[in-house]
Amino acid sequence: MSDFWSWWIIIIAVANIAGCWALLYWTRRMKDSESEDETTGHVYDGIQEYNNPLPKWWLNMFNICLVFSVVYLVLYPGLGNFPGLLGWTQEGQHKEEVAAAKATYAPLFAKYASTPIADLSKIKQATEMGKRIFVNTCFGCHGSDARGNPGYPNLTDNDWLYGGSPETIEQSILNGRRGMMPPFGAVFNAEQIDGLVQYVGRLSGHKVDSSKAAIGQTLFNQQCFVCHGANGKGNQALGAPNLTDNTWLYGGSATSIAETIRKGRNGVMPAHKDLLGTEKAHLVAAYVYSLSNQE
Amino acid sequence: MQHETVEKNIGLMGLLIFIVISFGGLAEITPLFFIKDTTEPLKGMKPRTAAELEGRDIYIREGCNNCHSQMIRPFRAETERYGHYSVAGESVWDHPFLWGSKRTGPDLARVGGRYSDAWHRVHLLNPRDVVPESNMPAFTWLEDAVLDGELTGRKMKALRIVGVPYTDEDIANAKKAVEGKTELDVLIIYLQSLGILLKDKQ
Repeated sequence: MSDFWSWWIIIIAVANIAGCWALLYWTRRMKDSESEDETTGHVYDGIQEYNNPLPKWWLNMFNICLVFSVVYLVLYPGLGNFPGLLGWTQEGQHKEEVAAAKATYAPLFAKYASTPIADLSKIKQATEMGKRIFVNTCFGCHGSDARGNPGYPNLTDNDWLYGGSPETIEQSILNGRRGMMPPFGAVFNAEQIDGLVQYVGRLSGHKVDSSKAAIGQTLFNQQCFVCHGANGKGNQALGAPNLTDNTWLYGGSATSIAETIRKGRNGVMPAHKDLLGTEKAHLVAAYVYSLSNQE
Repeated sequence: MQHETVEKNIGLMGLLIFIVISFGGLAEITPLFFIKDTTEPLKGMKPRTAAELEGRDIYIREGCNNCHSQMIRPFRAETERYGHYSVAGESVWDHPFLWGSKRTGPDLARVGGRYSDAWHRVHLLNPRDVVPESNMPAFTWLEDAVLDGELTGRKMKALRIVGVPYTDEDIANAKKAVEGKTELDVLIIYLQSLGILLKDKQ
């Protein structure tokens, strides 16, 4: 702040406090010279007004306010560039809060950061810390119970798109994932898509029209096997789902499967390295791992 | 001046009251129009694109700011959850600003990049599809309303008058930039642009 605005604020603030005090002092002493008795001389409908001084408690409240404002402005920033004797700033207070929390929690985080996830998932305190971070950060897509939502995987069923080893889970959290099912609406006609739907349904044990499924199978072995594998069991390196386990990310009805084939799907797990930091991500990974690997 | 004169002239009393109460504003508000912290944009900040601007108007029209603040206060409880606290330089081009003071939903000041576009699409059309506990209304009509961009350029011109540095080129291309997009598209573009300049999330 420039000196001009600094002094602008100081002068107005100080003048205000002085002005309030002067006004208070002046009105307290003021006597109406026109009347001999203690009335003000005002008459309304025969009612006269006494010129009483302000009640003591009322006056003292004003005085306390004035004293408070002076003390406040001496201790805290308020008078232009004058930082106040306490040197308080809101950034400083925030830094202190963060540092205090760090002093409390950093040893705990550090202790668990060096523990392997598989071991961590058996320590109750660690998984509970992980859970609290999870319900704060991950609930939006995976749900507060981690059971997922349409398009966002269930993390409790030990069925994994990218693999369920502790390291893979931690990688998914830190660096995110980008699922990519290309759209085939322009490649296949309606009959072919229907055939694929029937075939994919059969892979998961649905009752299907087998003549249609035969058309689908041929197409599957020409196109879809690249990612989903010849037997439809998927490929965790690509995040291509297993189509044979009747677990569906986007729904297993014929309509949903047809839509997936026609329009493709783009699942995105955002990277959380910057958002959480590696130590917290480690705890979340332990919590997620514990959901599928309970004793 | 006699007390009685002031009491019996309501115009004079009004004027004196105005002078007395303006001291607070003069000391607390006026300097903010002139000091660097509150008048200069954050380093690297660019004016909102045409689509972001239209998205922001949808945000205002649907009253998102009634339940979502865009102001992260400098408390650990907030910075831990939402990221770096908000700074004045981030909203110098916002007319009006959408800081808000009520949070029925979470703060959105740094929601950009937190969720995928697809998530926002599902969430805006029916929040319960992704967050079963949510009490946010569904905004289904946004998907069907297509923008024509007729007014976008004029909105930018108006904002330029109050200091947002749009170029003639920005204004000329505004219609083309939003034409054919749905209200849902631009709202998501706006949300994804929020608060991404301050990278320090902790």
